[in-house]
Amino acid sequence: MDTESTYSGYSHYSGHSKKAHRQGSRDRHKSPRSKDGSRSEKSVTIQAPPAEPLLGNDASRTEEGQDDNWGETTTAITGTSEHSISQEDIARISKDLEDSVGLDCKRYLGLTVASVLGLLVFLTPVVFILLPQILWRDALEPCGTVCEGLFISVAFKLLILLIGTWALFFRQPRADIPRVFVFRALLLVLIFLFVFSYWLFYGVRILDSKDTNYQGIVQYAVSLVDALLFIHYLAIVLLELRQLQPVFAVKVVRSTDGESRYYSLGHLSIQRAALVVLENYYRDFTVYNPSLLTASKSRAAKHMAGLKVYNVDGPGNNASGQSRAMIAAAARRRDSSHNELYYEEADHERRVKKRRARLVVAVEEAFTHIKRLQAEEEQKAPGEMMDPREAAQAIFPSMARALQKYLRTTRQQQYHSMESILQHLAFCITNNMTPKAFLERYLSAGPTLQYDRDRWFSKQWTLVSEEAVTSGLQDGVVFVLKCLDFSLVVNVKKIPFIKLSEEFIDPKSHKFVLRLQSETSV
Amino acid sequence: MSYVPGQPVTAVVQRIEIHKLRQGDNLILGFSIGGGIDQDPTQNPFSEDKTDKVNGWDMTMVTHDQARKRLTKRNEEVVRLLVTRQSLQKAVQQSMMS
Repeated sequence: MDTESTYSGYSHYSGHSKKAHRQGSRDRHKSPRSKDGSRSEKSVTIQAPPAEPLLGNDASRTEEGQDDNWGETTTAITGTSEHSISQEDIARISKDLEDSVGLDCKRYLGLTVASVLGLLVFLTPVVFILLPQILWRDALEPCGTVCEGLFISVAFKLLILLIGTWALFFRQPRADIPRVFVFRALLLVLIFLFVFSYWLFYGVRILDSKDTNYQGIVQYAVSLVDALLFIHYLAIVLLELRQLQPVFAVKVVRSTDGESRYYSLGHLSIQRAALVVLENYYRDFTVYNPSLLTASKSRAAKHMAGLKVYNVDGPGNNASGQSRAMIAAAARRRDSSHNELYYEEADHERRVKKRRARLVVAVEEAFTHIKRLQAEEEQKAPGEMMDPREAAQAIFPSMARALQKYLRTTRQQQYHSMESILQHLAFCITNNMTPKAFLERYLSAGPTLQYDRDRWFSKQWTLVSEEAVTSGLQDGVVFVLKCLDFSLVVNVKKIPFIKLSEEFIDPKSHKFVLRLQSETSV
Repeated sequence: MSYVPGQPVTAVVQRIEIHKLRQGDNLILGFSIGGGIDQDPTQNPFSEDKTDKVNGWDMTMVTHDQARKRLTKRNEEVVRLLVTRQSLQKAVQQSMMS
């Protein structure tokens, strides 16, 4: 059995006194859980399981009493446990599918319109210049030096316009937003009208009358390109520069646990502000952890549970009177739940600190077993050489238990699968990180971006707003960004007008005097 | 006692004669002094008795150190002080008014 063969390998590494205790507990175990691979401390050669299936872990999440730890309990392997789907997830999947199809169409429509218009606009000056050559070449006046100089200028201006447009507009769309970008639409309309009027003028005055002044025609085309460059400048100012200066301070509060942040925004529409808030949400807010909320819910349930209202005066009593009576009675009741909360929290703090201390010590000890080989030492290596992954697998068992217990106490265990921990350990070993750097990821909850996409709980967002989402931000606007499990309430406040005045203090005017008081006995 | 700096001040004084005690090798008077023109008047520890003259030496314009020296001269056994007190001033004023 693999337990025997790797047993000796494990004893090589562990030097702590707990080894004896662990040996005893090990003998009781029969087989490790298959869902998590053979993660028990028995085996050093750990077969990493496939990355946790998206749905498989949710089954364990919803069951309160079952522990999803690796190495302490024994469970028989069942084929269905890895693929069970809860009702929530079915709703979520179907919602994901149908929404993604609808929004894609809208996005592509906008994109195609803009690109067709852009292509048309770009080719127009070239067409303006070429058409007379093609249609009435013989009647045209010969093109002098000025005219040829204008060709060069047209060419370069078009090149600059092309590069500028590519830089400004050809970017991966960051998000799907509910309504159209007002400024972008305005700009497209402006460009369309502009080019349309130029074409109109060209068609009537030049094509119909077959104007022979070729220089004039080329100058006309140059003026079109100049005007396009100015529209491009307008686009930069409207789309990019205007919102850079901070005007509003926006407060974002998560509805489930009250975590809040402030951001500075410029003049943006509500939907764009929502976009900025969401992009910053993934980086700044700690990950949403539903298991941290159960305690307060149970307390609230207990508070109202003990009261019952009986109707003494007969039927016909209104319901609001009843509920008000209940609330009043509940408020007056001598409740010792605050005591419970206090002691529970103090107890939890102590437990977390103890486990943290054990974890830090275990990891530090584990890291001392690994030494990086310099290039020259490669020939005379004492033991076998390992790549980072193998080194990680070698030292992982000595810290596995402490880490698992810590994660369970802080209710983070579903965010870190064994595979992810091994990967992180290999990464830290490769980059010469200290134990503390390795632990930084586990000791405190990090932002949502740090974790696997499956654990995010927040991918599909809905903007709820009383004002139109394309209207600009104003002081006092409130909108809500909802996702399935929680929502972000956003409150907009204007940064106050600052009156700054100047005062000059002459450096020579800094003079001081000593104030003494002494007392002598004579 | 309020006064305008630079103007002459009139004050009621009391003559006190103190014989110095002998303690070991030193002659001591047995009280503490505070103040002096080099000190901060707002932080005066004692504001009861203000000394005008010590053995003929003027005490109205001396630093703390000079005052200490005048009081603790080794060869003088007796110190004659001219002292003004707020209560003294008030008593004289009252008696003058009535």
